Amino acid sequence: MSAPFSWIRPEPWGVQIVPADCWIDPGKAVDRALVTHGHADHARGGHGETYATPETLAIMALRYRTGVADESGEIPTKAIPVEYGQTIRLPGEVDATYIPAGHVLGSAQILLEHAGERVVITGDYKRRADPTCAPFQVVPCDIFITEATFGLPVFTHPPIEEEMAKLTKALADNPDKSVLVGAYALGKAQRVIAELRAAGHSEPIYLHGAMEKMCRLYEEHGVPLGELRLVSDHGKDDMRGSIIVAPPSALNDRWSRRLPEPITAMASGWMRVRGRARQRGVELPLVISDHADWCELTQTIDEVDPQEVWVTHGREEALLRWCELGQRKARALALVGREDEDE
Amino acid sequence: MEEFAALLDTLVYTTSRNRKLAMIAEYLRETPDPDRGWALAALTGELDFPAVKSSTIRNLMKDRVDPVLWTLSRDFVGDTAETASLLWPEPEARDGEVPSVAQVVDQLSALNRNTAPKELPKVLDRLDANGRFALIKLATGGMRIGISARLAKTAFAQAFDVSVEEVEEYWHALEAPYPELFAWGADGGDPPDVSNRPRFRPFMLAHPLEDTEVDLGEYAAEWKWDGIRVQLVRVAGETRLYSRSGDDISATFPELLDVLPMDAVLDGELLVRGASQGGEEGGAASFNALQQRLGRKTVSKKILKEAPAFVRLYDALLIEGDDIREQPWSKRRAALEALMAKLPDSHFDISAVVEADDFKHLAEIREGAREDAIEGLMLKRRDSPYIAGRKVGLWYKWKHDPLLIDAVLMYAQRGSGKRSSFYSDYTFGCWDGDPDGGAELLPVGKAYSGFTDAELKKLDRLVRQTTLNRFGPVREVERTLVFEVAFDSVHTSKRHKSGLAMRFPRIHRIRWDKPVHEADRIESLRALIRD
Ligand SMILES: [Zn+2]
Ligand SMILES: [Zn+2]
Repeated sequence: MSAPFSWIRPEPWGVQIVPADCWIDPGKAVDRALVTHGHADHARGGHGETYATPETLAIMALRYRTGVADESGEIPTKAIPVEYGQTIRLPGEVDATYIPAGHVLGSAQILLEHAGERVVITGDYKRRADPTCAPFQVVPCDIFITEATFGLPVFTHPPIEEEMAKLTKALADNPDKSVLVGAYALGKAQRVIAELRAAGHSEPIYLHGAMEKMCRLYEEHGVPLGELRLVSDHGKDDMRGSIIVAPPSALNDRWSRRLPEPITAMASGWMRVRGRARQRGVELPLVISDHADWCELTQTIDEVDPQEVWVTHGREEALLRWCELGQRKARALALVGREDEDE
Repeated sequence: MEEFAALLDTLVYTTSRNRKLAMIAEYLRETPDPDRGWALAALTGELDFPAVKSSTIRNLMKDRVDPVLWTLSRDFVGDTAETASLLWPEPEARDGEVPSVAQVVDQLSALNRNTAPKELPKVLDRLDANGRFALIKLATGGMRIGISARLAKTAFAQAFDVSVEEVEEYWHALEAPYPELFAWGADGGDPPDVSNRPRFRPFMLAHPLEDTEVDLGEYAAEWKWDGIRVQLVRVAGETRLYSRSGDDISATFPELLDVLPMDAVLDGELLVRGASQGGEEGGAASFNALQQRLGRKTVSKKILKEAPAFVRLYDALLIEGDDIREQPWSKRRAALEALMAKLPDSHFDISAVVEADDFKHLAEIREGAREDAIEGLMLKRRDSPYIAGRKVGLWYKWKHDPLLIDAVLMYAQRGSGKRSSFYSDYTFGCWDGDPDGGAELLPVGKAYSGFTDAELKKLDRLVRQTTLNRFGPVREVERTLVFEVAFDSVHTSKRHKSGLAMRFPRIHRIRWDKPVHEADRIESLRALIRD
């Protein structure tokens, strides 16, 4: 019998499940990958086999051509769908179960069981309600491998209704201008739009071209987003008094010159810190995040109550300190290439 | 306090001056007395609560947050007040009403070092994170949100549709929360009676002398010195020093506060002692030396001894209770000259009138004065009264033609506000040797004005097309473009790699035609140094 948990091995570019010869969210192409969700710091193309939820696979097909035939008609990368709650048996007697993570459409935590030991890897997650994806579920385990993007006690995300109210007020106060919202193209953008609809905003919303396909994909998966229009199809005057959603990189780009006097907003957990907002020239910061804030991170660890906490990425020092203060065993994995600057 | 916190928050994120003005004006219109007066004082940095320091806040946090988590948070956020406002433990229930700005000011003023650690938490417990941020900023001073006194006065004038000159006249004579100012501005009452209090009178300003010539029979010429324009005011024995914008800078120059032997209002140039302006005897140091003294709130003995300040007088507005602003310049000048005998020459001298036979002769004198690092000449109509602002035909400034060099565009940075999508701030360099013999370009300055919108578009395109490297908001570009850069003077500087710093550099012309190896060498710039 080998040492406890020696079957799961963290490397800088991913977590390896040794007996199954398989990786979780690897940063380079491998033969067999379990992918938690579609963001580029977790998913990538080129794996021999990709196990993920059907929604994540759809996103990966769009972004990385996973499971899509090439010119010769071959499918070089195999996509294997795993439903929420479904358990698959991997080689080496490892069972993997996909559980909603509440992060973005299709996002999953993965529960791994082997030799009576249970490990949960969260990928990215949040605990707040989100009309665009299934809610996070607490799963008891021995080792809890968590993210810590917002792992500092200064990060507490306010209720999203407050942030939506700020956005709709800015719009109402400036009927001759427009409000340009910077939002991550996968997840954040659709959540902001869905929350706007939930808040009763039924006017057309304008999109940067880079957003269009992902929004359509969300709608195909049962997330209605209302009337969406492309900025490129309209003149300045059409867009006065409207909300425009674009990726954060477009906020101060030349592209924004075609908009009618835009007020620059950004939907991101980083907006909690004034300096971060000012750095990006944001006039209307919206603290909206798809990651767990400090309270959610610590509350989740308490609820899961594992023997050990491993921290994959983010501000791990503070979370480790918190574990130390609560006499929890914890370690940092310091995975590379995992930073959601535009979160 | 909620409205004030919201105002502060929006001001933090707003880059447009007009939008800032509109927001402050709206706040002033809609907020009752005395809150708006206190808020105004807080925004312009005029409140001081000695019992609350940044260390007071840090100590409070030590008892509430693990020190390691505090340090990690503080390092990430970068601002103690903000970190504390975010980490302050939310009370179970917020009891009591949210205090008004006035209540907060009352509570803070009543604190001393012993009571602060006990009383401050009670106030913090009644506020949300934005409110706590506003409270800590207000209590510890130093808002640092880019609201100058001038901007605040302009906002006041805009809010109540009164003239900004009048606001300036009263402002500094009154004390926070300025009830008399609001009674006049907002409620249409009588102007405040400020006759017995030191106050700032708006300066008389000059127009540039374009291509006109003036008759020296009608106009007198004076040197224009390269310091900062100040107004020294003594009323009822109390002396204040005001900068050109009307900011009270008395605390920065304490040596000038007990040397004026009579009540008066005098207009002059603030300089520090040194040899380079006006010769060895009683001379003044360069603007560089003066700059070391600006912006300090407390002044060490060492600095007072090394760079003592004095005022080179131009004009007198009031002398011993007599308001002589209506009198012609020639009479005021005579009164000023007569006054000089009573002023200590350690701290005062008079800007000499420049005698010339005719305009042409004056032009020659002006040309020859470049050596003395004088900014140029002032031409004042002999019969002109002292009138606030810039009135055509009364005073002219006849500055030296700017110095010019050809420099090469090296880096570009995004602008702010309206220009945030354009690369509009340009760093340019000169050759450190023979460009055909392998010399390198050394950055010598930065300019962001002097071009048209059409030129800006063209420059922006060039920057994007010739980018070599990106460093955050900065792009390094291929060396292809020459700017003809105009500047007022150049000085030695330890802070710059090139060893020199230019004053007021701006793009004079874009030399699309000029090959970069024909740009100037750094030696030619060095030869222009006047320290
Ligand atoms: Zn993610
Ligand atoms: Zn991530």
